[in-house]
Order: sequence, then C-alpha cells, then structure tokens
Amino acid sequence: MLKQIYKSSLKSAVATGSLALLVCGVYPAVVTVFGKILFPDQASGGRLERDGKLVGAKLIGQVFTRPEYFHGRPSLAGSGYDATSSSGSNLGPTNQKFHDSLKSNLESVLKENPDLKWGEVPNDLVTASGSGLDPHVSPRGAWVQVGRVSKARGINSDQLKSLIDAHTTGPQWGIFGEPTVNILVLNLELDRAYPLHAQARSSGEGLQSSVSAAGVRCGSETSFCSIKQK
Amino acid sequence: MSLRDLLQLFLLVVILFLSTKPLGLYLEKVYDGDKTFLSFVLRPVEKFIYRLLKIDPCEDQYWAKYAIDLLIFSAVSLVFTYAVLRLQPFLPLNPAHQGVVTPHLSFNTAMSFVTNTDWQSYGGESTLSYFSQMVGLTFQNFVSASMGMGVAVALIRSLAKKEGQGIGNFWADLIRGTLYVLLPLCVVIAIILISQGVIQNFLPYQEITTLEGAKQTIAQGPVASQSAIQMLGTNGGGFFSSNSAHPYENPTPLSNFIQMLSIFLIPSALVYLLGKKVGNLKHGWAVWSAMLIVFLAGALICSHFEYQGNPIYQKLGCVSSSNLEGKEARFGIFNSALFATVTTDASCGAVNSMHDSYTPFGGLVPLVNIMLGEVIFGGVGSGLYGMLMYVILTVFIAGLMVGRTPEYLGKKIEGREVKYVMFSLIVMALSILGFTAWGSLDAAGVAGVGNPGGHGFSEILYAFTSATGNNGSALAGLSTNTPFWNLTLAFAMFFGRFFMMIPMLALAGSMVKKRVHPGGEGTFPVDGPLFVGLLLGVIILVGALTFFPALSLGPIAEHFDMLQGHSYK
Repeated sequence: MLKQIYKSSLKSAVATGSLALLVCGVYPAVVTVFGKILFPDQASGGRLERDGKLVGAKLIGQVFTRPEYFHGRPSLAGSGYDATSSSGSNLGPTNQKFHDSLKSNLESVLKENPDLKWGEVPNDLVTASGSGLDPHVSPRGAWVQVGRVSKARGINSDQLKSLIDAHTTGPQWGIFGEPTVNILVLNLELDRAYPLHAQARSSGEGLQSSVSAAGVRCGSETSFCSIKQK
Repeated sequence: MSLRDLLQLFLLVVILFLSTKPLGLYLEKVYDGDKTFLSFVLRPVEKFIYRLLKIDPCEDQYWAKYAIDLLIFSAVSLVFTYAVLRLQPFLPLNPAHQGVVTPHLSFNTAMSFVTNTDWQSYGGESTLSYFSQMVGLTFQNFVSASMGMGVAVALIRSLAKKEGQGIGNFWADLIRGTLYVLLPLCVVIAIILISQGVIQNFLPYQEITTLEGAKQTIAQGPVASQSAIQMLGTNGGGFFSSNSAHPYENPTPLSNFIQMLSIFLIPSALVYLLGKKVGNLKHGWAVWSAMLIVFLAGALICSHFEYQGNPIYQKLGCVSSSNLEGKEARFGIFNSALFATVTTDASCGAVNSMHDSYTPFGGLVPLVNIMLGEVIFGGVGSGLYGMLMYVILTVFIAGLMVGRTPEYLGKKIEGREVKYVMFSLIVMALSILGFTAWGSLDAAGVAGVGNPGGHGFSEILYAFTSATGNNGSALAGLSTNTPFWNLTLAFAMFFGRFFMMIPMLALAGSMVKKRVHPGGEGTFPVDGPLFVGLLLGVIILVGALTFFPALSLGPIAEHFDMLQGHSYK
C-alpha cells in the first residue's frame, strides 16, 4: 500500500511537471504568437492614440463628467473606471443602498440633461455595469445627452445625432447582443471633428475633474462607495 | 423577450446539437487510444510522457487503484499551486509587483482550482502575478477538467463492458484528455477570442491620460489563453476580478456566444459518447434532451424575471423596470441571463454580469441549477456522472414501482449501487445546508454579508451551494477573503468534489463486474419520452424536497419584499 502511494506520488510529480510545461509554457506561447501575428491590435489591448499620446483603450471606459462630453454609466470599479480593480456594485434589489444610489444617479442625470423628462431616463445611465469598465451605453442613453453636449460645444444637434448614428454598432452580425455606442470612441471623434479650446484639456483642470468624478458617480452616499467586491 | 433573443437561444442550441456527434466520436477515439487527425503531432508527446512516468497506458486499473492515483495526483497538484501562490514575489512574470498571498487565501485558491471550482476570494488583477495565473491556476484548469472527463469516461466504460474488472487507466485518461481534447480546442477558441478583442500579452499595466486629463492604469495580461480553458474546462476562474463581465475578457456579444458554447461543448459531447459506448444511441439522446429541457426552462425563466425587473426603477423615474444593475450594455438583459443560466447548468461559474444584483427569481435560477447538481450538460465529466446518478435513481424507482429488480443497460442495479448514489446526494445536501446554517449563525460568517435582509441569507446559501457544487460563481457582495470563509468554503469544495468522484468510481468498479442480461418484457426502457419525463421528475423532486425550505428563506421571501417595494438597511 505504502509503496503504491510512494510510486503514485512520484508519477504525480512527474506528470505535474511535464503537463505544466505544456499547458503553462507551450500553450500560452502558441496563443500569444498567433495573437501577435493575426490580431496584433486586439491582443495588445486596442490602444487609442491622439497626437502620438496614449489616451485610452477602446474597450475600457473612462470617467466623463464635463458637459461637452457624452457620459458613460456609473462605475463601481475603484473610485470610478479604475482598470486595476474591476467591479460591479453587487447591491441586491431590496438593499436600501441600491435604492439610494439609483435615486442619486437619476437626480444627477436629470440635472445634467434638462431636456430629459422624469420617467424617460434610460436604465443603463443610472445602473452600474458588472465590470465598472463598460465603455458602452445604449443608443438611447447617448441620444438623451445630445441637448447638453450640443449646447456645451455650440454645435447643431442634428450633427451630433448623425455622429451617434455613425458610432452605433450592433447587434453584431445583425443577431448577437444589443446595439451600443462606445462613449470613449464617440468622445474622441467629437474632439477631433468639433475641437474645443486647447486649454480645456490642460492638466490642472483634469486633476479637478478626476476628483469630482468620484463624487458624482457615487452621489452623496459615501458609504455606497465602500461596498465593493473583494 | 424579443424575437432576436429567441433566435440567439435557438442558434446556441442548434450549434451545440450539430457539434455533439462529431466531438463525441472524436472523444471515443481519444479515450480508446485510437489514431486521430492530431496524432501525428501529439502521439510522440504522449508517448514521451508515458515513458517519463514509466506507465503502460494499456494497463486496465481496478477502480480503487484509479481512485488512489487520482487522489494523490490531486494532493500533489494542490501543494504545487499552494507553493506557487505563497512564493509569488520570488517568482518571475510579476510586473505589477504583487505580494505574498496569505496562507488561508492560498489554501482556498489552491483547493478551488484543484476541485475545478474556481471560486475567487481574490481580485485577479489586484492580487496575482501573471506567473501565478498561468502556472498556478491555468495548470489546474486543464488537469482538473481532464480528471473530471476521465472519471466520466471510466463510468461509461464500466457500463459498456460485458465483463472485466478494470475501468481504464488514470494516467492515460488524464494525459489524453489534456493533450487531444482540451489543448487543441483551447488554442482555437483562444484565437477566436483574441479576434474579438480579448487581450493576450505580457505588457506591464498601461498608464494613460484620459480625455478629461485624469490618470488611468489599465491592467493587462495573457487573458485569452486563460479564458479559453476557463470555459472549455468549465472552470470559470477569470483573469480579472469581474470575470467575463470585463471588456478585456469578453469584449463582444460574439465572444460571449462563443464562451457560452464552449462551456457546453464537451459536456454535451460526453453524453453522445455514453450512448455510443453502451450501444444505445437513443439513450444518449434521451439524456441529452432531458438536459436541454431544463436548460431552456432555466434560460426563459431567468431572462423573464430580469426583463420584468424591479418596480423601483419606474417608481424613481426610469423608462422601464428592466434590471440592468450589474449587467454590461453590450450583453443587455438576455445575454446576461442566458450566460448566468449556462454557467450554472454546467459547473463553470464564469459570470458576465453580477448575480448579486439579479432580481430574486432571476437569481433563483442559477442557484437552483447548482443545487440540482449541475447536471444540465454539467461540468466536463462531472455533469455526466452527476446525471448518471439521477439516471440510476430513476431506474431504481421505476423498478420499485413495477416490483422488479431494476436494470440499467442490462446490468442489475442493487443495494450497493443505490447506496453509492445516495451517499453522494446526501453529502452534497449536508454540505450545502450544514455549512449555510453554520455561516448564518457564526458572527465570522455573517460579517462577510454584503446585503441586508433575505438577500444576505441568499449570499451565504449561494456561496456554499457554489462551493459544494464546484461551480465558483458567487453573489459577490459577500466578502470571503477572511479565514472563516476561505477555510469553510475550501472544505465545502473538497466534499463536493471528492465525495462525489470517489463514490462514482466505486460505482464504476461495481458496475463493471456485472454481467449483461438481455432486456426482457418488463425491462424499463431508458430511451423514450417516458424515461425523460421520469428522469426530470426525479431530478426536480430530489432538488425541491432538499432545498425548498432554504430557498423560501432567501430568494422567495425577497421576491415578495421587492414587489412590495420594501428595502432593508
């Protein structure tokens, strides 16, 4: 009996070593090489550049609080769109904190978009996504912001609407998933087609906006921010 | 539910159906050691490993020997993964400088991956290095899945054999499953996933300046290679904390579809293999249709309740009451609910939306799926042998009803076999309910709860159900990175894995020795609608009788609270 256990342990160790080499060495290496050759952009994260500087990744949402940008969904990843700690709110349907966060998100969406009527707020604009990094909103979620953005940029709202249409994708292959608008890509295009004054992008203002971002996303409920996935 | 929703569901079923036979036939060749179209590359590797191990792949092992090898291999690989996690800062591929993982978290994580559960008490991108993910965890994803398939195939062999003692060779099953089945499929799926935007690189975390001028750090890593095996091996352990909700892990609706399909792919083919091996294809398809019926019911119920949502949305001023909290815009309600159903039908546990934020009945579906033993296609291997437990129970009950000795595929079912089956069922129920009671009473357990009211109880119940069922999905509001939770969950995972596998191997050892009797007039047919109906009845009856009281304290109570507009502080 003992001898068999000893022999079996020895085999296990050898099997662990040889299989580990295959599935942890050869396999990821093969996938990495193929990925690099066939789909280099995707494999390295869909990087978005502007004027030679990295401004984001196509699939990773960012905090938007300024009126001249389209805003994404509330985020519970870190202090908002923290791409090193993805997370949803994990609040249950009968949790008072969930009701409070909905309410404060609704209030800020209604305040930011005076044209938007009570009872017509798209659900995706007031609910936190699962990852906290969702780069998309529904087309409706973008349309309801047209009034605010066009005023802030001083451009015609029809131009904005056609821009949204051009950036609406899906359902994929006409079948899969939901139609969505990538907010980050849309905002980049917005900056390119209808640029603001250069100083609006200065770093001093940026720092301020990142601080206020956390406040807006979580409403006045500071305790809400502390409830997170481990 | 829209027509397009149903079309997506229909497509999933059709593609799964079409893949079942070819993959099943391929599995037959692999586990018989026959030549396949990949043999020219893989056979030399296979032979080389046999030589290293000094084993004869043709040696037909007695069930106990198979079981001992399996247990020892699991123990050795448990120590291996534990060591990798504990030594993390001293190992390579750690660009984000992740520190030492605590002992209880390392134990929980190692057990979690050895048992094919992939419960994550940690946040991937904030705790683990690339090396830990790849070597510590991905390794287990492959071998634990391969072991599960091996046990299922051993059980099939024991039913198919006309005479003999052996149920196959553990080492050959382990190595063949990994080499011929999991590796090639994973390479293909991983590359498809990359095409959709799943990342695969070893870059350091990227620092960027956002459009509004803030700093953002974006986690990177070899995600596609882990994501592929996470689905195909029904492991579920994601690279990132938010698992397949993360846009880098599941970027498009198509990648989502591919992931759902890969979860069901192998479990479905194994059912065909059962029919083929025992020489009764109709029986295989009968079992398959029983699985399909429960799957469709679950998917429709779950998505219905998520669409119906929570009345609070409209009360506060939203346009509809659909529950989008914790769901990604690109998947919407339907693909989130469908994924939740698929991942818990199988013992996968990957999530593309946060189950904790589901409506009570929407969240009830995943919970019940796991409680039924994840036999709806199920985990790779574990789904089939779990289903065979119910099949044996069904045949036994049907036999009792007509007063004859029950037979399954010509082999008599006697006291011993039914005891093995009941042992597994009772251990599972005891582990889920016992641990849940403990977790609800112990202050250290309650401390982890993230939501008040009935929902908090659901979190505890879900955690131990998921751990015992080796699923790994969670109501993630529960904070489980504490000694109490890490240890209790680790033991629940241990019971759920090995107290099911070992009795199933014993069952195989006992069935293999039985002579095959030709079926007579009074033999209960296992291939018609009557059998499917009875099987479904048994599954639902056993599940309902065991778990209804617990469910009524959690999701059912919460459902009525929600409709009334109640909330808890």
